[in-house]
Order: sequence, then C-alpha cells, then structure tokens
Amino acid sequence: MKHIVKILAVVVAISASWLGLLQTSIVSQDYTWLLPIYFIVSLGCYGLFMVGIGLMQFPTCPQEALLLQEDILEAKDFLKQRGVDVGSD
Amino acid sequence: MEGEEKKNKYSIIIPTYNERLNIALIVYLVFKYLPDVDFEIIIVDDGSPDGTQDIVKQLQQVYGEDRILLRARPKKLGLGTAYIHGLKHASGNFVVIMDADLSHHPKYLPSFIKKQMETGASIVTGTRYVKGGGVHGWNLMRKLTSRGANVLAHTLLWPGVSDLTGSFRLYQKSVLEDVISSCVSKGYVFQMEMIVRASRKGYLIKEVPITFVDRVYGSSKLGGSEIVEYLKGLVYF
Repeated sequence: MKHIVKILAVVVAISASWLGLLQTSIVSQDYTWLLPIYFIVSLGCYGLFMVGIGLMQFPTCPQEALLLQEDILEAKDFLKQRGVDVGSD
Repeated sequence: MEGEEKKNKYSIIIPTYNERLNIALIVYLVFKYLPDVDFEIIIVDDGSPDGTQDIVKQLQQVYGEDRILLRARPKKLGLGTAYIHGLKHASGNFVVIMDADLSHHPKYLPSFIKKQMETGASIVTGTRYVKGGGVHGWNLMRKLTSRGANVLAHTLLWPGVSDLTGSFRLYQKSVLEDVISSCVSKGYVFQMEMIVRASRKGYLIKEVPITFVDRVYGSSKLGGSEIVEYLKGLVYF
C-alpha cells in the first residue's frame, strides 16, 4: 500500500472522530470547534520540541577529525612510497 | 564463523567525481582495515576532469586490477545510476556503498560485516544518531536542517531506522538489486528512498554507529533544490 494512503487514513480517522464529537456534543460545541487548532498547534510544538532536543543532544566527534588527519598522513606516506601521485593537491 | 568469512565476498562501490586524492586515501584505508576479508573495490568515476581515473590506475598497479575495478562513465550521470552501474560489475554476494569524500571512514567496515553476520540482516546501515556515532564539522544551520528533516521524516514516514540520509551501508547483493530497481528519485533523496523502500518491503535492517567527519577535501554536493526533492519524497514513498 502506498504510504500516502496510510497518512490519509490517519487524517480521515481524526476528522471523523472530530465530526462525531461535533454531532454528539458531549463537550460544548465551542470547544469542539477549536480542537483542530489545538491539534495543529500541539503538533507544531511537538515538532519544535523534538528538533530542540535533537539539537541539544546532537552527537559530535571532534576527536575523530584528528584521528582522520593521522590516517590521511599515514596513507599519503604509504602511497607516495608506492609511486601513487598523492602530492599534487 | 571462520569458514563463513572465507565464503563471503564484499563488493565496495564508490562513486567518484573529482576525488583524486580522497580515492587514494580511501583505498589505502580499506585495505588497512579489512586485512582478512575477500573484497573488491569498484570505483564508478563520472569522467572527472581532475585525473581521478589516472590515480585509480596507479592504485591498480599497487593493489592489483582484480581488487580495484575502475568502471568509468563518460560524464556526470547521477548517484543512483552510478550504483546500478557498479552493481552490474559486482562479483561479491554483499555490496557496500560508501561516499568517496572520506566522510565515511573505512575503519567501520569490520563492524558492518560483524553486525551482518551476527544478525543475518539484509541491510546494515551506518547511523550517526546513536551512542558511539556522531558528526564533526557541521555548523548550526546544517544541524538544524538535519534534525528538522529527521523529525519530519519520522513523523510522516515511520521508517524504523534512526538515520535516513546516511549512505554508508552494507547490502545483500540481491536485496540491493531488488530495492534499487524500484527507486525513482535522484541525488540525496535517493539514499532515503532506498532505506524506506527496503523497510516497507520487510527486509531486516540493522544499524551500527558511525562517525561522520564532513568535507575534509572537496566540496559539499548538497544543494538547495535537494530540500524540495526531500519534501516531495516524504509524501511520495
């Protein structure tokens, strides 16, 4: 099944339950009308929150850059001895 | 385990464009870190004007033409087709795909192979976003884009892997052939499509931590239009 269908199914399910709430008026209609806005706002908050967390915990590895430099020098040494042209840039 | 290691052959496909120095360094490092493994390196060069192919020929003199295969193409034809091209010449039962710019360090290759053997996974993908992984050399903007894209993708795609755009991966050859034939996108998004499609097809995907040191030499290949492609890709797959 195409993934877009799954996404649409979720959207339809949410809209249906919202319409259901509107029809049955278990809670005051004024509130029910505002629910989609709350939903979108909270979705946005969730997204921003997750990006924020991701940024704060972004894994970095400065020591790897140094190790790589060592590997590069080693490789250049070896290759130069074997006649591979690694010196020109 | 020993016997199994002898039987498996790994074809490492590296697409290049103007990577004359990096490709030499990578080849050296692959040979250094995989001393007891049967592998071949397939370099798909898209007609680099900087003499990448000359360097590859010199490397063939050092390491042997059976270990380093140069399968060049006349001009820049894109990443996706480069893999398909390389795949045609691969004689191993496993295929490794990695970038030529040294952001993917060959020292992680043994952990890919080990993980595959332990789990029998169809795909082992390198991830930067777990313990032991990491990125070096990204500014705030780049980190923000990456995190934003990841959150968006995980909310909409439910892919089941933590690093969608990382392209350092080990595939069973038949799995790569199957997945690659159903992929339609190009460039950067292609990596994401591959892993998402593989996940949808029900292949077992395992992850190993890798570190990513960005752009030691050469320049970034990620453009602005990639982001638009990415957003389209999110809904399409």
